[in-house]
Amino acid sequence: MKQKNVIQVKNLTKKFGDFTAVNNITFEVKQGEIFGFLGANGAGKTTAMKMLIGISKPTSGEANVADFDVFTNPEDIKKNIGYMSQKFALYDDLTVKENITFFGGIYGLSKSIIKQKSEVLINELGLQEVANELVGSLPLGWKQKIAFSVALLHNPKVVFLDEPTGGVDPITRRQFWEMIYKNAHNGTTIFVTTHYMDEAEYCDRVSIMVDGKIEALDTPKNLKKQFNVENMNDVFLKLARG
Amino acid sequence: MKTIGYIIQKEFKQIFRNKAMLPLIFVLPLIQLIILSNAATFEIQHIKFSYVDHDNTSFSRALIDKFDASSYFNVITYFSSGKDANLAMLKGEVDVILEIPSHFERDLLKDKKTNLAVIINAIDGAAAGVENVYINQIVQNFNKNAQANLMQPSDYINKPKTIASIPSFWYNKTLNYKTFMVPGILVLLVTMITLFLSGMNIVREKEIGTLEQMNVTPIKKYQFIIGKLFPFLVLGMLLLTVGLVIAKVIFNVPMVGSLGLMYVYTIIYILVILGMGLFISNFTDTQQQAMFIAWFFVVIFILMSGLFTPIESMPQWAQYLTEFNPIKFYVEVMRMVMLKGADLTDITPLFIKTSIYAVIMNGLAVWSYKKTN
Repeated sequence: MKQKNVIQVKNLTKKFGDFTAVNNITFEVKQGEIFGFLGANGAGKTTAMKMLIGISKPTSGEANVADFDVFTNPEDIKKNIGYMSQKFALYDDLTVKENITFFGGIYGLSKSIIKQKSEVLINELGLQEVANELVGSLPLGWKQKIAFSVALLHNPKVVFLDEPTGGVDPITRRQFWEMIYKNAHNGTTIFVTTHYMDEAEYCDRVSIMVDGKIEALDTPKNLKKQFNVENMNDVFLKLARG
Repeated sequence: MKTIGYIIQKEFKQIFRNKAMLPLIFVLPLIQLIILSNAATFEIQHIKFSYVDHDNTSFSRALIDKFDASSYFNVITYFSSGKDANLAMLKGEVDVILEIPSHFERDLLKDKKTNLAVIINAIDGAAAGVENVYINQIVQNFNKNAQANLMQPSDYINKPKTIASIPSFWYNKTLNYKTFMVPGILVLLVTMITLFLSGMNIVREKEIGTLEQMNVTPIKKYQFIIGKLFPFLVLGMLLLTVGLVIAKVIFNVPMVGSLGLMYVYTIIYILVILGMGLFISNFTDTQQQAMFIAWFFVVIFILMSGLFTPIESMPQWAQYLTEFNPIKFYVEVMRMVMLKGADLTDITPLFIKTSIYAVIMNGLAVWSYKKTN
């Protein structure tokens, strides 16, 4: 079965004045794929991701997300993607339920669907007890799981996760990745940045950015073979150190 | 429309959930209204009066009695020499020195004229001017009585009567300063609260990081701005309502004109201020920056609104600037409608100006909100 590309990027570049944050990157992501987007701090991951989700205009190059062009139709892209950032991005002063209702409403879901979805979501995450508590009072790991579920409310084609598990305990991280797998199986494309190399191993394919360029892109298995090392951590160190 | 509804719902929840903010929004302005309306008066009272009487006759004492009887001069100090009096003025103990020359009575009786020395502390020029007028009135009054006592019956026939003007004060018969100040201060409070709240709002979401999340949603710019505006508009109108009740109940300010007109105008006015606030919010990165910019405008708008200093006395360039001051429009409209009973035709020019202003400010607010950088 030939899967179609959900993200297509060609020679994408972003410059801030003299500084080139993202330098001529090219890659594709297929439907249902879990695509790991790695790189050291400041390598340009977040900038690249911001271009793909339509909140930062590229300087040059081409990029298509969910069949829409990032230059001409960023707002159409936004209807078809979910996004969860490293900064926790639900409203702390709203309850779990209110956050779900709000984001569902913003994406244009009907009242009945919002109600139904929030019940499913709350049950799946086992949040019955805290459904009416302020999100701000919940532990970080819970918040991240809720944020991920909220990003999936409107059945997006692609979900962008920017360091979703930063600062989260190992058990919650495992649960988080189980959620990722489940959704990828259902056909949702997952585009994820992370600093945890064990998480990189979970990805179908991984790209590694160094100084604004993609220096490596393949399955974790092939990358390890290519660099002749035992694990992704060493792949990363070899590349990032230059 | 539905999307806007969700944003409004969310904003209201956030406002009412913030237990610390809500009292600040409602209670503080009303305390300010009560305190400021009582305190901010331009009447010059309690003038610290002192005199040096070199004459010490029944005439000079009669003059001092006149000052003593006046309610404006409530502290009366006697100095034996001009030097002491000057020293007291230097120390700030007295505002006014009246020096009665020796032979005051004799000259008045003999030559029918004499001179008095009046020294006024004029560091506050406006106050000094008013004090001068008060003193002159008292001296004139004393003069008239003295003349009458001194005049021979025959003089009555030939002397022309002095012309006296009898003022009648319209729209504020008793010259009650509160009637003048309350509508103005209410305007300031409504303005400040709505400007600060809206100015802080979007930039706060920027700081927390939720704005980025909003920018990744397909929400439309105008939906976002309207959703942000509406709750603050409602708060502003509530504040106005409570303020008007206080104005009526506590200060007994007359409300001659149509309340409906006042409310309709206020809606448009608050839209101007909210548009301005959101514009500021979009342009700044931190709440601190937004606060400084909001303050910058508020101070200029207030001091150039005609509330504390008459616009007619400003230099020409400043008068032109006041044409862009929304607070000035609002103060004018409130006073016209509340005190004079102005109707729509009277305030049409201001109404149109404010509406144009509202369109421009909100256009800028929508324009400056950038979902894609």
